[in-house]
Amino acid sequence: MAIKETMTINMGPQHPSTHGVLQLILELDGETVVKAVPHVGFLHRGVEKLTEYRSYHKALPLTDRLDYLAPMSNNLGYVLAVEKLLGITDAIPQRAKVIRVMMAEVTRIKSHLVWLATHALDIGAMTVFLYCFREREMIMDLYEKLSGARMTSNYFRVGGLSLDLPAGYEHDVKAFIDAMPGHLDTYEGLLSGNAIWKRRTIGVGHISAADAIDIGLTGPALRCSGVDWDLRRDNPYSGYEEYDFKVITREGGDTYDRYTARLDEMRESCKIIQQCLDRLEDGPILADVPWVCLPPKKDVLTSIEALIHQFKIVTEGFKPEPGEIYQGIEAPKGELGYYMISDGSANPYRMKIRPPSFVNLQALPQMIEGALLADVIATIGTLDIVLGEIDR
Amino acid sequence: MSQAVVAKLKQEYPAAVVDVVEHRGETTVTVQKEDIVAVCAYLKNEAGYNFLCDLCGVDYLGVEPRFMVVYNLYNIATKERLRLKAAVAEQSCCIDTVTGVWSTANWHERECWDMFGIRFNNHPDLRRILMPEDWVGYPLRKDYPLQGPDRQPYQGRLS
Repeated sequence: MAIKETMTINMGPQHPSTHGVLQLILELDGETVVKAVPHVGFLHRGVEKLTEYRSYHKALPLTDRLDYLAPMSNNLGYVLAVEKLLGITDAIPQRAKVIRVMMAEVTRIKSHLVWLATHALDIGAMTVFLYCFREREMIMDLYEKLSGARMTSNYFRVGGLSLDLPAGYEHDVKAFIDAMPGHLDTYEGLLSGNAIWKRRTIGVGHISAADAIDIGLTGPALRCSGVDWDLRRDNPYSGYEEYDFKVITREGGDTYDRYTARLDEMRESCKIIQQCLDRLEDGPILADVPWVCLPPKKDVLTSIEALIHQFKIVTEGFKPEPGEIYQGIEAPKGELGYYMISDGSANPYRMKIRPPSFVNLQALPQMIEGALLADVIATIGTLDIVLGEIDR
Repeated sequence: MSQAVVAKLKQEYPAAVVDVVEHRGETTVTVQKEDIVAVCAYLKNEAGYNFLCDLCGVDYLGVEPRFMVVYNLYNIATKERLRLKAAVAEQSCCIDTVTGVWSTANWHERECWDMFGIRFNNHPDLRRILMPEDWVGYPLRKDYPLQGPDRQPYQGRLS
């Protein structure tokens, strides 16, 4: 007599393939997933509450800790949101805008490298993991040289940048983007034609365009279901409309498509970075808005006026007029949005972060129900989630 | 463009639209909370706002009604944004769910319930999402202390 009953198993929050502290309660019929319920919140630090008690400049470092694999993207979304709230978007100098775009694209490559490394490792391709982390180390060095920190860069400022590029930095970036396409060919050589890789990814974790829009997928995950939408092109910010790049889309909506698309996105990012290097011209890196921007550090050390100026901004902050705005950017994982309300005081009255991973993870149950247990691991990897921004 | 949508919305639901505000080039429409599902369905099906970017609560402590539920909509075809708001009073702290219009509202509404205690009627799975299930209180309310409920208020500087 056949026994027909399901088994409930607990995956995470300390499971190596859940990419952090994600817990999945899986109901299995043999190897087949009948039902999946994600549990999140283990990393909740109350970032939105904390920002309400800090001035706008001081809330910036908190955003580094959201998607800790792409800190500069988080910074960029935040400073753009505050600048929009202040109405100083047009005052940002050209050099600052170009460097912001350049570092945002370097960050995209950094984030995609960790995605590929861990995704491949989960499926069993150890070599790719080691190669990706080797290249990521080059980006870490770029980060460190620029901001002094490898992970939590806190480099952008409301109104511009904290520091100008160090001497010879363009050369380092150029060396990186010259080497990167060759490395991407190596990854593709290891994976794209690999029979195991293809069996584990083609047709796995499929989602249709209509379902993807309904559940709120954004970023590469949405574009691979055939929806041609990229905020860099469609609602450009920080001067993205001046750059020439392709928006990568796929029609299949499965894990293999999302893999090839992200690799192509890295190639496009290299092209954008090259255009940034071509456009870099000398000039100011902070907007000429003294009631918002800190004075240059060298002036603070030598002039009493600049010292008083810095003191006033650090102790009092600035006060945007009351109002509310929403600023979305194309972060590596999807649409990262900041919804900010000012009540005319020096602290944000409310800041809601729309983290791409939070919404993308919501699609997981419908992508894996009916699939095999092993496909759950591939699907978590392909969604490219980071629990730091899901839990905030 | 969004003016045309707002004008049509006013025509279609004259009693629902309470207020329209423009700020920094963004349009915010405040509607009656009783009509939120009808307005959302209209905007999705007739006006092309097929993507719900974000949904969140805001606590305006000291103002009546106290809470706002905010919907940030996006039109993928025309690449335009529109913001909807609905006021929710503290005494009847509930609003109808829009999960029937966009499935993505599910987790956003759970978060809003978790953080503000705003109940979403007919929600398929209204549980806390970020805080533990047995948590007491709603952390993002303005009268909820930053240090948490069971600690002495912090006496030093916050930053």
